[in-house]
Amino acid sequence: MNISANLAVLAPELILAIGAMVLLLFGAIRGEKGIGLVSMLAIIVLAGAAWFVVSPLSHDPRAFGGAFVVDDFARFAKLLILLGSAASLLMAQDFLKSLGLDKFEFPVLILLSTVGMMLMVSASNFIALYMGLELQSLALYVLAAFHRDSLRSTEAGLKYFVLGALSSGMMLYGISFIYGFTGSTDFAVISHVVTASGVDIGLLFGIVFLISGLAFKISAVPFHMWTPDVYEGAPTPITAFFSMSPKVAAMILFLRAMLGPFPGAFHQWQQIVVVISVLSMALGAFAAIGQTNIKRLMAYSSISHMGYALLGLAAGTTQGVQGVLIYMLIYLVTNAGVFVCILQMRRNGEQVETIADLAGLARTQPKLAFAFLLFMVSVAGIPPFAGFFAKFYVFLAAIQAHLYIPAILGVVASVVGAFYYWRIIKVMYFDEPAAPFDGEAGATLNSILVVSGAFTMFFIVGGGPLIAIAANAAKALLP
Amino acid sequence: MSHLPILSIVTFLPVVGILIILLTRGQRETVANVARWVALITTLADLAVAIAIWVKFDGSTAAFQFVERAQWLGGGISYHMGVDGISVLFVVLTSLLMPFCILASWKSIENRVPEYMIAFLALQSLMIGVFCALDLVLFYTFFEGGLIPMFLIIGVWGGKRRVYASFKFFLYTLLGSVLMLLAILWMYLYSGTTDIAVLLATAHFPVGMQAFLWLAFFASFAVKMPMWPVHTWLPDAHVEAPTAGSVILAGILLKMGGYGFLRFSLPMFASASATFTPFIFVLSVVAIIYTSYVALAQEDMKKLIAYSSVAHMGFVTMGIFTLTHVGVEGGIYQMLSHGIVSGALFLCVGVIYDRMHTREIAAYGGLVERMPIYAACFMVFTLANVGLPGTGGFVGEFLTMLGAFIVNTWVAIFAATGVILSAAYMLYLYWRVIFGKLVKPGLMAIQDLSAREIAILGPLVVATLIMGVYPNFVFKVTSVSVQHLIDQNKIALAFDHAPKLASIAKVAP
Repeated sequence: MNISANLAVLAPELILAIGAMVLLLFGAIRGEKGIGLVSMLAIIVLAGAAWFVVSPLSHDPRAFGGAFVVDDFARFAKLLILLGSAASLLMAQDFLKSLGLDKFEFPVLILLSTVGMMLMVSASNFIALYMGLELQSLALYVLAAFHRDSLRSTEAGLKYFVLGALSSGMMLYGISFIYGFTGSTDFAVISHVVTASGVDIGLLFGIVFLISGLAFKISAVPFHMWTPDVYEGAPTPITAFFSMSPKVAAMILFLRAMLGPFPGAFHQWQQIVVVISVLSMALGAFAAIGQTNIKRLMAYSSISHMGYALLGLAAGTTQGVQGVLIYMLIYLVTNAGVFVCILQMRRNGEQVETIADLAGLARTQPKLAFAFLLFMVSVAGIPPFAGFFAKFYVFLAAIQAHLYIPAILGVVASVVGAFYYWRIIKVMYFDEPAAPFDGEAGATLNSILVVSGAFTMFFIVGGGPLIAIAANAAKALLP
Repeated sequence: MSHLPILSIVTFLPVVGILIILLTRGQRETVANVARWVALITTLADLAVAIAIWVKFDGSTAAFQFVERAQWLGGGISYHMGVDGISVLFVVLTSLLMPFCILASWKSIENRVPEYMIAFLALQSLMIGVFCALDLVLFYTFFEGGLIPMFLIIGVWGGKRRVYASFKFFLYTLLGSVLMLLAILWMYLYSGTTDIAVLLATAHFPVGMQAFLWLAFFASFAVKMPMWPVHTWLPDAHVEAPTAGSVILAGILLKMGGYGFLRFSLPMFASASATFTPFIFVLSVVAIIYTSYVALAQEDMKKLIAYSSVAHMGFVTMGIFTLTHVGVEGGIYQMLSHGIVSGALFLCVGVIYDRMHTREIAAYGGLVERMPIYAACFMVFTLANVGLPGTGGFVGEFLTMLGAFIVNTWVAIFAATGVILSAAYMLYLYWRVIFGKLVKPGLMAIQDLSAREIAILGPLVVATLIMGVYPNFVFKVTSVSVQHLIDQNKIALAFDHAPKLASIAKVAP
């Protein structure tokens, strides 16, 4: 395979990478004047990448000696990531302007981290995996501290960086173990070795360290500590971004890094994943009850969501992978809607973040309150909204894999979780109104809200094809 | 069958009403009025459709009728609707009570009227869907979805402790039903389909699995019913809910539990049902006697009726689990008549609550002097709740006890004491509220029923009396389906007891 054939497989990533660099130059030359244009162009670049994901240039799914794989599974994930990045860019424009943070570096950083994520989900070799992960992470550390005059934001960035570097180190350490005991970094080769010669204790050490690093990236218990602080400290649109694309990318990476090289060690890593999953569901649900800040609450909410998604991985079946993909799709779209709602919590031009600020929203802004209600009911997993089907498919996989106890603990945690989501509904609908928020949001925000709301509401009617696509993508990973 | 998707129409007609209300623009007062009228007309139209279904329903077959089926999520999960003799009357009951609920809220709900009407219409759509759904996932969707509007109805338009009551209602019922969801998933994986009709006809779950499935479904239905000791959400929810909310809770939501037992537990998990029948009998009898005593001690009218509902639902579970023809028919009849009678009793409480803004029994007395028509209506419902012959309440209680007598004499004897206790607490209530001297100064100027209130209570009085003297119009519809249910249960039991024999017999022809 010559280099141009390899690059053809990589077309979407190349577009993003080149686009990011061109926009960086463009931004540097134009200075502060070119910001709106850079944002617009960044979205066009994302759309272009999405185009080449949907209709690839090369029909060869593998490049660079199998280190890079573009199967249906990766393409499904890539579309989700691009969607999340584009939504974040759209959400951020007005908000960052109001904080004086409308710098051209923002879209560039989003693009760079998106390249990293795209590489991550396609990686079929631990070296490729690590490079993608680091590219993504470095951009995210900068984004967390993007509001550099704010103490909370810089603290969030630093905390994220220190803990993130630690987790990357652990993962790299684990990878070195795996390489040492199997003699390869290629997923297919490792898979053969593990199946043929069984699981060595040293290899097991490697897998444990690898899982620790991955659990950090998806913020699963017990590696979740950074999440609430980073979510709270980062500017809201950046928090929205953190909760969407990187979470999807890391979860997909987790799936591939477990099911690709280690099907032979399934019984070993399954135990770990089950425990992480149950702990995340439970901690996310219980810890969120006491939160007063809505962004912290969403952080705990995302921790418990990752727990539910991991239940699909713990099943280790095609059904389970399908469940995770559906979960991430619904999670991403609903989350976009929730964060648009949070972005509209502004009073006198200032962002307000406590749950009490939502009091009586149903009377002051009934439409926004209804949208919020819709998303909260959905994330709580109550039918007929989309969130129910997300949970439905992961629990289906869990029961199929005879994970009865984790499934029961999971549904009980979902009842606890429902309590805090419904507390927000209670504050909006039952309490006496607080001072109203600043008027209507712009057309961009509203259109994201409408799309996300319609998806949440009508998934029950039109979800069939999406479920079929997810099933197809899951078959690509686990035939 | 007709090609008109009549069940989808009856289920989703309220959604049309919601859309119309949402599209209304204008002054707050006009919008509120439009919302009221749209809601009333929609519910009346829905009632007309439901009655058309009832009229066209063929009572001579146990098969599902008016069946609709469409592709939905794929993988054996489809949009499948249909009714049989057991479910069709609940559809009628739901759409019958809704217009009364709208009328009862005409004046008493003043703020956020459009939202209120939307919540009720959504609730109606979901409740009818529960009784029409012939797919487990579809059923669960309707069953759980109903929590959202009910939570809002109690929480937004309820009384002082509405937040507590709405959360208690929501969390109790949610915890019960998530376990049912897991059971549904398990059944789906075992049999490869969620189609209720297919499951009823072909599925035989292993005996060990049945026990877990039964318990998971029980967790959901027992809370919904509610059975002692998980009934404690009901008094709180009833007391805090607005009148119409209480009517819906007592009239229809509680019936979903009984319907669930009939639709799933008995035919699908026959062995487990047989194993757990003594357990159900004990819980039923405790519910009948214990909650009757609790009702006797209540100071709040709504709370008293709430506890009496728990006792009456005890008769239902007892009758259903006798698995005799009379017992099951009695259980269904009891649910239908209780739906009307308890709904009417809450409406009666609503009438005086609207005037005096208190539900304390002690605040009333001697109302007969000022409100003779009201006293007469209230009396009919009181006696019906007691189970006096000639009222709807009698038929159900009598048949369930007859069924219990066939199966287990002791259960029947204990249940019979419940009838005496119900006479005690209801007549005591009636006496304290209606009779005695009219001495309380606040009551001196109280007005008798208005034309709107007569229009609400009058038809319900007629319905109660008709149900008392001519029960056959119900049995014509239910009889064949009930017999089919009992046969199905017997076949399934025989299958479980002689699995090898049955599998040979299956292969032989």
